[in-house]
Amino acid sequence: MLAYVIRRLAYGVLVVFGVLFFLFVLFFWVATPDDIARRALGEKAPAAAIEQWKVNHGYDRALWPWESYDDNMLFSHYRSMLTFDFGRSDADDVPIMEKIIKGAGPSLALTVPMFVMGLGISVMLSLVVAVFRDTYVDRMGVVLCVLGMSVSILLYIVGAQFLIAKLLRWFPISGFDPSPDVVARFLALPILVGLISSIGSNVRFYRTVFLEEVHRDFVRTARAKGCGEARIMVRHVLRNAMIPILTQIVIAIPFLFTGSLVLESFFGIPGLGALTVEAVQGNDFATLRTMVFVGSLLFVVAQVITDVSYSLADPRVRLE
Amino acid sequence: MENWVVSNIVTAVLLAGFVGAAAAVRSSRIWTDAAKSLWRRRPIAILIVSLYIAVAMLDSILWVGGVDTGEDVVSAHEAKSVIDRIFVGARERSYSAPFADVEFYGRKPLAHPGTHPLGTDLIGRDVVYLALKGVRVALLIGGLTSLIAIPLSLLFGISAGYFGGRVDDFVFFVMSTLASMPGLLLLIALIMAMGRSTLSICIALAVTSWVGFCRIVRGETLKLREQDYVQAARVLGVSEIQIVMRHILPNLAHLVIITFVLTFSGLVLSEAVLAWLGVGVDGSWGQMIDQARSELSRDPVVWWNITAAGLFLFVLLLAVNMVGDAIRDILDPRTLRESS
Repeated sequence: MLAYVIRRLAYGVLVVFGVLFFLFVLFFWVATPDDIARRALGEKAPAAAIEQWKVNHGYDRALWPWESYDDNMLFSHYRSMLTFDFGRSDADDVPIMEKIIKGAGPSLALTVPMFVMGLGISVMLSLVVAVFRDTYVDRMGVVLCVLGMSVSILLYIVGAQFLIAKLLRWFPISGFDPSPDVVARFLALPILVGLISSIGSNVRFYRTVFLEEVHRDFVRTARAKGCGEARIMVRHVLRNAMIPILTQIVIAIPFLFTGSLVLESFFGIPGLGALTVEAVQGNDFATLRTMVFVGSLLFVVAQVITDVSYSLADPRVRLE
Repeated sequence: MENWVVSNIVTAVLLAGFVGAAAAVRSSRIWTDAAKSLWRRRPIAILIVSLYIAVAMLDSILWVGGVDTGEDVVSAHEAKSVIDRIFVGARERSYSAPFADVEFYGRKPLAHPGTHPLGTDLIGRDVVYLALKGVRVALLIGGLTSLIAIPLSLLFGISAGYFGGRVDDFVFFVMSTLASMPGLLLLIALIMAMGRSTLSICIALAVTSWVGFCRIVRGETLKLREQDYVQAARVLGVSEIQIVMRHILPNLAHLVIITFVLTFSGLVLSEAVLAWLGVGVDGSWGQMIDQARSELSRDPVVWWNITAAGLFLFVLLLAVNMVGDAIRDILDPRTLRESS
């Protein structure tokens, strides 16, 4: 058991190192410090200004350890990321850690209710669809899911802002205010859009999960011994489908922190998603690579936790 | 070589590819049956997809000269596609509503009254024309990305599944590393690092989308490797390369087709989001939707631009999704269900 946990942890660390190497190649080698400086200062910036910018932002050192072992950017990249000393933004010199801490709150306020409600609604709807499998209800449900999946999220957002916020004036078009009595008014519309845009693919996914269980032998046995359909669905199907559902939940949790890029910046919510969009538009490479790193770190941690708890619950997992 | 010559050559190669694929389908009993049952199930969706492909083809056949653009000297020397030529005279000065006779703001008479079924945009281009131009961009994004991603996942997936051991460890590590980065962020990071061009956007989309397919290929190869006929071929002394080419690859063909169709809509949707972030492909529907955002806050509202782009995008994705679902049901009811 302990050996498995240690092995799993070590693999997680290895993946984090891999992510960091990938980011280094991408942001220091594919996009060289010269490129980054030129993006920040403009194509026609004089060479002296570019050199000065590189010195100011710490991009003026050797790239690889074999060029200069004591002072190279590969090691300092690993060191700063792994010690959470992310440095300052390339665009406005604000410490990136400060930005992340400030953005996490609004992001979570948006994504957590959205995720919980989305999960509840999708699971319920797909249970209904699974109960009526091979009937017109099921077929209609699948068609509706495909219809919903074929619309771009941009259209949902623009449509909702125009219809609900501008014409009907139910909610503000965009904006954010963290005080508890008005925050719901600002979050209602983005949450609604997030729910509608993701419901199609979610219902389709959970439907296949449930249909998998519906055809199992123990379900037939339960039906044969006279269980009601509702009891079968909740006790036998839903319970056994909990493993894929839980996996989905654990995998989604890290992405709750990184927020929703599209929703946040459309609705003016100052979360981590909006921060990332700002970084993209302002050519702020330091913030962008930190966000990717934080996202994958959270993801790896969540995965290690899932795997270890699986191995606690089910000894067969450890043997693989 | 000039861009428009390349485009013509690619179009010719694609046409040849279509003919070749049709011939291959006809020559094999299984594929003919599959194609027939697909046609029986989804005739309308297939017709719609074919129509889009035809428009994209017409928009890819380019040549110089032969049009009278009035005083516009620069434009007369540019290569134009068939679609460009159809709409060459349909220019106005500014916004006009669908089928309008006068400009939307200012009420000046139009040069071609009543001929714009979806109106014109800010600088007077016909919106139907812009939407039709978007067809080629959308198919290019989906097609080029798949052309990069599918061979990559086949190569890595088969070598990991078939050879196992160190190779498998390495491929699995690369896959888990890429999979642990948040998808959209990774996409943006790649495009930011490589610079913004159609090719680099397709490469970025390919890097983020090949992992899922590679995992399926690896799993399927692991299963195929243990099949009796593969064992028999190995005992008979057939070389590894030949086993892969003769016994593994053909058995993955259906997965390639299903994945290609099912990921296509996701790719086009991602491009729309990228376009809105300012890192998309020029002339895509995503860009049209992005531009239309400011138009919705005008008074009176300019609604036809976003409607046109949204409608073209929606119809294509709906048709592709319908065809994709049918193909999956026909070719493979199990494998992808389990892994998706």
